[in-house]
Amino acid sequence: MQVLLQLDQVVTTYGPIRALKGVTIEVRAGEIVCLLGGNASGKSTTMKTILGIVRPKSGSVYFAGERIDRLPTQSIVGRGISLVPEARRLFGRMTVWENLAMGAFTRRAELHSELEQDYERVYALFPRIKERLGQLAGTLSGGEQQMVAIGRALMARPRLLLMDEPSMGLSPALVDQVFDIIQTINQQETTILVVEQNAAVALSVASRGYVLQNGRVVATDQAENLLAADDIRRAYLGDE
Amino acid sequence: MLSFSDILHILPQQLVFGITLGTIYGLIAIGYTMVYGVLFMINFAHGDVFMIGAYVGWIVLGALMGSHAVPLHPAIVLPVMLIAAMLFTGLIGLGLERFAYRPLYRRGATRLGPLISAIGASIFLQNAVMLTEGARERVYMTYAVFPRSWRINLGGVNISVLVLVIAGVAALMMWGLHQMVQRTALGRSIRAVAEDREIAAVMGVDVWRVVATAFFIGSALGGAAGVLVGFYYTQIDFFMGYSAGLKAFTAAVLGGIGNIRGAMLGGLILGVVESLAITFINPAFKDAVAFGVLILVLVFRPGGLLGESLPDWKKI
Amino acid sequence: MWRRHAGWAVAGAALFVPLVVPNAYVMGVITRICLYSLLALGLNIVVGFAGLLDLGYVAFFGIGSYVYAFLASPQFGLHLSFPVALAAAVVVTAIFGILIGAPTLRLRGDYLAIVTLGFGEITYILLINLDRPINITGGPSGIVSIDPPSLFGYALQANFQYYYLFLVVLGVAVMLSRRLRDSRIGWAWQAIREDEVAAETMGINTTMAKLQAFSIGAAFAGAGGCLLASWQRSVFPDNFLFTESINILAMVILGGVGSLPGVILGATIIVALPELFRDFQLYRLLAFGLMLMVLMIFRPAGLLAFASRHEEDADPAADDNIPVTEAAAGP
Repeated sequence: MQVLLQLDQVVTTYGPIRALKGVTIEVRAGEIVCLLGGNASGKSTTMKTILGIVRPKSGSVYFAGERIDRLPTQSIVGRGISLVPEARRLFGRMTVWENLAMGAFTRRAELHSELEQDYERVYALFPRIKERLGQLAGTLSGGEQQMVAIGRALMARPRLLLMDEPSMGLSPALVDQVFDIIQTINQQETTILVVEQNAAVALSVASRGYVLQNGRVVATDQAENLLAADDIRRAYLGDE
Repeated sequence: MLSFSDILHILPQQLVFGITLGTIYGLIAIGYTMVYGVLFMINFAHGDVFMIGAYVGWIVLGALMGSHAVPLHPAIVLPVMLIAAMLFTGLIGLGLERFAYRPLYRRGATRLGPLISAIGASIFLQNAVMLTEGARERVYMTYAVFPRSWRINLGGVNISVLVLVIAGVAALMMWGLHQMVQRTALGRSIRAVAEDREIAAVMGVDVWRVVATAFFIGSALGGAAGVLVGFYYTQIDFFMGYSAGLKAFTAAVLGGIGNIRGAMLGGLILGVVESLAITFINPAFKDAVAFGVLILVLVFRPGGLLGESLPDWKKI
Repeated sequence: MWRRHAGWAVAGAALFVPLVVPNAYVMGVITRICLYSLLALGLNIVVGFAGLLDLGYVAFFGIGSYVYAFLASPQFGLHLSFPVALAAAVVVTAIFGILIGAPTLRLRGDYLAIVTLGFGEITYILLINLDRPINITGGPSGIVSIDPPSLFGYALQANFQYYYLFLVVLGVAVMLSRRLRDSRIGWAWQAIREDEVAAETMGINTTMAKLQAFSIGAAFAGAGGCLLASWQRSVFPDNFLFTESINILAMVILGGVGSLPGVILGATIIVALPELFRDFQLYRLLAFGLMLMVLMIFRPAGLLAFASRHEEDADPAADDNIPVTEAAAGP
């Protein structure tokens, strides 16, 4: 399987703070890979590094064989990476439809008929969205916002979908729903990298996982093995 | 003292003037609000960009009149002047953003830096115009283009066509802008950057391009307002940007800074209030009216009329 | 440590200035430098120490001047002695400092700047218009025939005499500024300047501190106004335009926000430079505007910076440093 995303010994700092201390991660086309870890483990920083929101001090990031770690964010995103941000971060003052349209911003030069397909795909995945197109995104419930956030990211027809803590703030039932949808999206040929605190549910859909602690990868394996391993549980309940 | 019937007689007339003034303020205010929306910065030099627009218009008008090449009809003269002024001021806005402000943000400047730079730019622009065009006022030959006799009767009020055209053009431009912001991808990208810059970038928006666009559009509208004011007041001078700028800023704040509809609303309200104040209170204090309004708004409802009542302090 | 001695050395040298000065005109310029140094020190307290961007500082200058004019001229027939009038000017301005500062307490950054600007303008408008129906301020023609300062029965006349008076007041101001900066309230101001929210959580009464900054800064300007009125023997509203606020602000910024010697250096430069380039008077303001812009790009901390330079964030993707959250108001 082709390697779609590659982080190679990435070190990222915020001033004197070393948030990532040499992280190596690989995501192959068609996979669902999850990134696990507690607070301050470096999960968010990894996301930001991939997207070019922060730049690594050393190491490199490759996407589809091309080095992207020195590129500006909009170039990176234009190459086919989309983000479902932590805590959704919809444009609350825009309508649901406008949020979706923003998701397709990188494709604004394309024909409307092309984009229609993507809108339909999102409506098929999330029927409730279709009912609320004209509503201000800020007025939706948490679960609905998550749907819109995912839909928005899908509008760009990304090759790689990044999801930052999709379960956060959602009830268990909704979490299950969301992860069902993640599987569906993956079956529609989108590679997914999920950052999650909820290891159990993430590992239930992923094929592989990485465990981060203090800015380092401390474990990586097939999802089933990680689920079964005791030290994973210790990594979570143990000291950070 | 005015009697009640006097007041009733004057009121509609004054309202018309107030509304006209208000559309002009709104046009300028949009420039402030757009820039503040994307950059959280008060472009102190915006008023002077408006002034430059007035001068460009004056130069173009002089050229048109001198060349005798075209008939002096507003339908011909006005668009030419407006386009020239808007292009020129738009470019100046771009220049300011690119050379005076962006380097400061790249270096992580705090609030003070860009504001000081903007004040410097304002002083620079004022004096550049003063040195090139002279310190004395210039006169717009308004009545060569809009004959004084051109008046119509609207609902019992006798208004000059000049006033109608000015208000109409201003309103049309504001409407056009509003449509652009609400309906086009460009407009959405501007709103996205104003709301959440980081996520807008993640959507693929070139944030600095959006900022530059906001500057261009805002400045161009300010330049257009300059031309309209030139026609309206017939006299322009290099210092006119200062008070007009502050008043337009008041209008923007009144409506809710960052909110384009707010800028338009604020402009209208301020225009009418000022017009009424001139009529019924001492004209000398008309500038104080704007400042008074500004201070009241900022102290009691900084978010403005269309903003949140308890504004997001992160943005103020 | 040598700084302290340098300070005293300069002060000592300053005493001998009138001996080396060629003519009364240059003496006048130097005297003006002292006056503006005083004003810059006052603004430095508000902007430099407390981080409150005041664009209407000239209002206090004007109020102080006019108070002295009210108390020592034919305007109301009062001729109070200089020390009393000076004290009155200082007190009244300090009160106005509180009055103008109070509404701005909840405002930050640009908004604070604009509101103070508005107050400055309103002050100007009042000064120029309060001659009808009762003549309070003398309108556009101001107040003239103001008494010169008279100390121990002797009325000052020559420029160098004024110089010594200004120098003394300036000296007091410098010492006061020093004391304030190193005092508890100076620390409070610094905390507020860096991060107001954090300062609050540390238990600092930011309201009191800010009001104090405004009123003390205003008091300096009040003293300056008094000096101006007694030196010029007249006051006009046009002495107190917005451009003056910007001039004084530029002095503070040029020299280095917060730095006492820097601020005085800034005042010296801004007052002296136009004198040196009299031929280029026309281009003076143009250059001034350009200077402000260039200064902010290349030397935002001023020539003699105060704050210790922080390490740049090693986060190079941050060329997007547009404020998303409120930043401390200081370069």
